Amino acid sequence: MFDWRWDFTIEILPRLLEATGNTLIAAGLGYLIALVLGLVFALAQRTPYRLLTFAVRESIEFIRSTPLVLQIFFVFYVGPQFGIRLSPWTSGMIAIGLHYASYLSEVYRAGLDSVPKGQWEACTALNLSVRRTYTKIVIPQAIPTVIPGFGNYLVGIFKDTPMLSVIGVTELFHAATSIGAETYRFLEPFTLVGAIFLAISLPAAMLIRRFEDWIRASLGMTKLHAKD
Amino acid sequence: MSYLEFLYKYAPSFLNGAVVTLEQTALGTLLAVIVALIMGFMKMSSFIPVRWVGIVYIEIFRGTSLLVQMYWIFFVLPLFGITLGKFEAGFLAVGLNLGAYGAELVRGGVQSVPRSQYEAATALGMHPFTRMRRVIFPQALLNMLPPWGNLLIELLKATALVALISVADLMFVSKQINMSTFLSAQAFGTALIIYYIIARGIITPGMRGLECKLAKKLSIG
Repeated sequence: MFDWRWDFTIEILPRLLEATGNTLIAAGLGYLIALVLGLVFALAQRTPYRLLTFAVRESIEFIRSTPLVLQIFFVFYVGPQFGIRLSPWTSGMIAIGLHYASYLSEVYRAGLDSVPKGQWEACTALNLSVRRTYTKIVIPQAIPTVIPGFGNYLVGIFKDTPMLSVIGVTELFHAATSIGAETYRFLEPFTLVGAIFLAISLPAAMLIRRFEDWIRASLGMTKLHAKD
Repeated sequence: MSYLEFLYKYAPSFLNGAVVTLEQTALGTLLAVIVALIMGFMKMSSFIPVRWVGIVYIEIFRGTSLLVQMYWIFFVLPLFGITLGKFEAGFLAVGLNLGAYGAELVRGGVQSVPRSQYEAATALGMHPFTRMRRVIFPQALLNMLPPWGNLLIELLKATALVALISVADLMFVSKQINMSTFLSAQAFGTALIIYYIIARGIITPGMRGLECKLAKKLSIG
């Protein structure tokens, strides 16, 4: 290819792969935060407190309608204004975690809503506790609905991690821009970053699809058993 | 400085930024729609090489990050003799990226039209092209408008990244105000609110209106 230098490629590859590790850690941590917070947001919307439900609903709407980069800047710079200093990693994880929590809470909500009303009524009739209703009856039935959403957002959060570089989180994209600034060569670092992203996100998407089928198949079997 | 004073002083800058964001969104949307239609139909083609072009395009643009694509277009393309201004590179990257997501919506929309509609149109002796244009696509369009509403909000949010190649959009302006005043909560907060207003005050109602209009047109025939 035009002006492509293989020696330079080999020179920068270890540095990029090391940064890829950070990208994966950022995506994983952010996703964990989003999974937990998203569930909290979804459950908060099912409480009988109207005001809480309204506040959570509107906050989710707000977070979902505004750009993640701006939220990352907001979290990073607003803290120090009030005397709270957050490291780039901490503020990045808070911002990306909150952003994806608001997406995932919609997935949780859709999953919980997909369970027929009769199931809830049956639980009430059987006098099951709230905990048992959720853990034994509702959540197992909600899983097939939520798996595709969870998978998509896992790949999504991975592809959004380059935005963390704007506040100096040293992930893959940050490494590429640093290399570009040091050597004035952009072709190799940015092309490699693209290739690394593809090499991770395509197999990941495929694995998620497989997993989805597997879950469906396994749950389909349990449902057959329940009918007998 | 109170928040009102802050607003009074910086409202013109925010407004200028918002106009650039709207321009980027409009041009990005136009490009995304064109790309989505071309790539969506290519992916449905029965001619394998054409289908593969669609698949490869969609997978590449969906599989890598928008920021990476934008930097590639802005910093790497000049090495191949294609030099783009930052404004053009900005909406080009946004449109090409979101177009790949749109292509899947086009495909989903067209495939959601019942088989019997094809059969009826064929029975009436319609040419496949007329069949698509007069029968299948209008119904597909109605099915895909709601997800397109979500996609346009994603597109609006994506345009914030053009600030990183120094296009003076809303995000860029808020960053500059933050640098000169150190009033981060006010600077970024105001920008967040403006983005929210554009999303929920312009895009969502606009798409709803479009849906109503199309639904009426289709039912009247």
